[in-house]
Amino acid sequence: MTAMELLRECYEIQGKNFDKAGEVSGEIKVVLRDLGIDAAHLRRLVIVAFEAEMNVVMYAQRGTMTLIVTEEDINLETTDEGPGIPDIELALQEGYSTASDEMREMGFGFGMGLPNMKKNSDEFRIESNVGKGTSVFSKIRLPAHE
Amino acid sequence: MKLSEIKELLQCEVLAGEDDLSVDIQQVVASDGMSEILAFAKSRELMITGLTNIQSIRTADVAGVSAVIYCRGKRPDKKVIDFAKQKQIPVLVTPMVMFDICGILFNRGLKGVS
Repeated sequence: MTAMELLRECYEIQGKNFDKAGEVSGEIKVVLRDLGIDAAHLRRLVIVAFEAEMNVVMYAQRGTMTLIVTEEDINLETTDEGPGIPDIELALQEGYSTASDEMREMGFGFGMGLPNMKKNSDEFRIESNVGKGTSVFSKIRLPAHE
Repeated sequence: MKLSEIKELLQCEVLAGEDDLSVDIQQVVASDGMSEILAFAKSRELMITGLTNIQSIRTADVAGVSAVIYCRGKRPDKKVIDFAKQKQIPVLVTPMVMFDICGILFNRGLKGVS
């Protein structure tokens, strides 16, 4: 039996819009806090969301973020129309980065984003098609279900 | 150490949160890389950075740090300061460079996060 869904929200992310970068994660933080998610799990999810959002803003034309909260876990799926990742294993190595100087000037692109997302997730999966886009799936199990 | 003491030690000017300087600081996270802050901060640290864009405050909010100090006298735009006020995160600016700031705070017993 699947766990009862408490919330499902879908957010649009604009690529290359650095002024708005992080707004979706900010909204997700408020939504999860209003749902009563405890601080530690909320923090982990928002770190994943913020890193994912920054990746879409930096690399893709546009993307969507889907947040699904059930009684057992929080699921975040980020899908973008971007360049894709040719070597996912390499991209997951701390310190590996393909960021431009402009991205680094924004404080991102030091090869920590994907490792941060993986570290804060209980389940983490990347699917990517070069030239088409990338989907990143993260699951964080809630207390009593860990 | 109280944030108000750190303000004096580092000759800071307060840009936001003038009334919130009584917060107690035990640990410090210092970087211009926001993912570094997100990776190491465990919440309630002092964040020191030279990055003054809106992402610095978003990172501070997501990481749950207690306050932000901008080094090298770098000042954020008004909209960044307003955003910090909205998030109730004290923001200070010091003329000192990152290396000196970390040395001074380390000598006073504050520790980094690893």
